[in-house]
Amino acid sequence: MNLSFNEKNQIADNSQLELLRKDFPTINQEINKYPLVYLDSAASSQMPQQVIDEISRYQSQDHSNVHRGIHTLSHRATEVYETSRQNICEFINAKNTNEIIFTSGTTDSINLVANSYCKPKLDPSKKILISHLEHHSNIVPWQLICEQTGASLIVAPIDNNGEIITEQLIDMIDSNVVLVAISHISNALGSVTSLNKIIDAAHQHEVPVLVDGAQAISHMKIDIQALNADFYAFSGHKMLGPTGIGILYGKERLLEDMPPYQGGGDMILEVKFTGTVYNDLPYKFEAGTPNISGAAGLGAAIDYLNQAGMHNIEAHENILLNKMIADLQKVDGVELIGKAENQVAVQSFTIKDIHSHDIGTILDHQGIAIRTGHHCAMPVMEFFGLPGTARASLSIYNNEEDIDRFIKGLDKVIEIFA
Amino acid sequence: MNEVTESQKEIISEFTFFENWMDKYQYIIDLGRRMSPLSEEEKKNENKIKGCQSQVWLVCESKNERLLFRAISDAAIVSGLIAILLRIYSNKKPQDIIEAPIEFIEALELEQHLSATRSNGLSSMLDTIRAHAIQSIEKL
Repeated sequence: MNLSFNEKNQIADNSQLELLRKDFPTINQEINKYPLVYLDSAASSQMPQQVIDEISRYQSQDHSNVHRGIHTLSHRATEVYETSRQNICEFINAKNTNEIIFTSGTTDSINLVANSYCKPKLDPSKKILISHLEHHSNIVPWQLICEQTGASLIVAPIDNNGEIITEQLIDMIDSNVVLVAISHISNALGSVTSLNKIIDAAHQHEVPVLVDGAQAISHMKIDIQALNADFYAFSGHKMLGPTGIGILYGKERLLEDMPPYQGGGDMILEVKFTGTVYNDLPYKFEAGTPNISGAAGLGAAIDYLNQAGMHNIEAHENILLNKMIADLQKVDGVELIGKAENQVAVQSFTIKDIHSHDIGTILDHQGIAIRTGHHCAMPVMEFFGLPGTARASLSIYNNEEDIDRFIKGLDKVIEIFA
Repeated sequence: MNEVTESQKEIISEFTFFENWMDKYQYIIDLGRRMSPLSEEEKKNENKIKGCQSQVWLVCESKNERLLFRAISDAAIVSGLIAILLRIYSNKKPQDIIEAPIEFIEALELEQHLSATRSNGLSSMLDTIRAHAIQSIEKL
């Protein structure tokens, strides 16, 4: 990557961004005879060639099983897998690799905590606290274990800007709350949660906090020790990596005390029919043969993000988001949904009298990809009294021309439906 | 002659006049806007077709050995596509519905909307129409 940045941390000039864009084969294609404008990175970001190459290199040269072979390929596969873990550990500044558990993604990570950490502690007097802003992956796992144990799921409210009302959430924390589970950034609206205040307040009651970081991890520098979250979940495919791989960060002392989630190979030290001795962290939570090529790809994605620099990415996306918001506001009939003071990489909106599905269809015909519908966050849509919204989301590879094409595309939508 | 096949041919020839996709969509949207709405009572859950992005309701009645369909969506393009489906399949004999090969999707270049991998409810609407036809024959 030949990217460099100026003093203001902006990608220095367009030619540099164009070089970076060349790293992403998927965005360099035509869709419906137009060059693709990809504004759906909040659903899945695209992979740079470096990630695709590393997956391919692993598959064609190192593929075998981890942690169990004496032969060279198994050593290499183990090396790839554990190097990736080390990479992730440094990327989020975790204390050590015992705190980094490979999962299949954010949803899997949350289910692990729900079943292994929370469920044994729950009874009808206990509560799990989430917010109204959560997407289904940070709602349903808690509903399931609450149904099984009689515990209650309590929901902190949001305001009309689409922000969690931090004070009210904090007021809901007491010693019967077993866990606070909140997103770092809302997938539907892009609102950033005031995590510092919430985590401090929860810790005063000795209540741990799980942060769903799926929408934050590729957009801002995460220092997990500074943040002091107890669990942090994220997915590879939203951070320039492949699907089917994700991470659960957990504080070591919490993970140590948790029973295994799933049983199988690699998570054991000794198996007898009279009883099994479980493996140490992090392997205790990684039953069965893992997604090794996914880990390889995720490691390469982190290398790429590190080279670009998280602060540079944040600055670049912020400039684009401000432009997108300003330009959207000029379009007749557009209403912005979610107007958080602190918003990252995402803008939801509606257009008067035009269904989001229709907006998405006409944009797709012009080669512009956005997300439409409820964004797997039906309670958020219900709060705003909407069946769904249109959502444009940004990543490192987007440029100003993408925003201009998107706005022109919307003009055409309005022309067709006028 | 199978009446469903006949209706498909009519629509396919109508669509050959469009020179670009925008005109075609404009026409589909107009078709949707001319659809008569369903009553709130008819928009109940059991008439709702499962789909991810837009909502579709379908009501089926049987009259003189023909199946009458009425349907609507909350999205305009989907309503227009429903109008096309209804012109093809409503007020037809169940046997014709089942036997007619589906030609209009490819001819109208509507794969994007009506292929089974698109979760917008329209392909399930087609399945539901055919299921109604099969059911009514089994009843006879």
